[in-house]
Amino acid sequence: MKISEIISALNLKVISGDKGLKNEVTGGYVSDLLSDVMGNAREGNVWVTLQTHQNVVAVSALKDLAAIIIVKGLAPDNDTIEKSNIENIPVLSTELDTFNITGRLFELLNKK
Amino acid sequence: MQIRHKIAGGDFTRAGNVASAVKKILQQLNIDHKQSKRIVIALYEGEVNVVAHAYSGVVDVDIDSEKVRITISDKGPGIKDIEQAMEEGFSTATPQVREMGFGAGMGLSNMKRNSDFMEIRSVPGEGTLVELINYIRPDAS
Repeated sequence: MKISEIISALNLKVISGDKGLKNEVTGGYVSDLLSDVMGNAREGNVWVTLQTHQNVVAVSALKDLAAIIIVKGLAPDNDTIEKSNIENIPVLSTELDTFNITGRLFELLNKK
Repeated sequence: MQIRHKIAGGDFTRAGNVASAVKKILQQLNIDHKQSKRIVIALYEGEVNVVAHAYSGVVDVDIDSEKVRITISDKGPGIKDIEQAMEEGFSTATPQVREMGFGAGMGLSNMKRNSDFMEIRSVPGEGTLVELINYIRPDAS
């Protein structure tokens, strides 16, 4: 499944990193601890987090993640947006909290 | 091939830049994908440790046909009890650093797990030196 399909299915807002919308998704990872994501997320995962600073993009780029979903309508920092456009990693936004967006994402990715 | 990078302590806006530069080089050299990923994880964590705890640091990456050897040396407070620092969950990071999602006490264990050899030497009050080796030829380890 592509990021663009997830965006329309889950009604996500694209904040930045538009060039990465065709990224292929392999699964998801949910954490607000950067070392946890660094150690355990897999290539092509969508990362659900409440962190909004630019280090989330740095971690995503190093791990070749497909996209970042920021929860509860939190606004990413300006340098997060800039960096995501450079790295082509989409930063997406939802009004839902982590529990609810993750439940929907899980259901969507496991629906066959 | 030898590469040297400097790290400024406290500058979280640039945390990961060294790991990112080395990742590109490993890709150019066609280093085994799985091993490259491990090297990038270990180096990132080492880089963040310098940013979070030290005043300044230097990363030396030495790549030959058998292995990638990374040394991260910093001027900083050093580590009093290395065994305790290695425990998953132990951290001396400030509350501000933790709020950003760093300082969860997972960095050193991530480095250990993602390297074939790791050694830490530290002088409290002076600084820390971490050596990481990853073998890039399966029969060389």
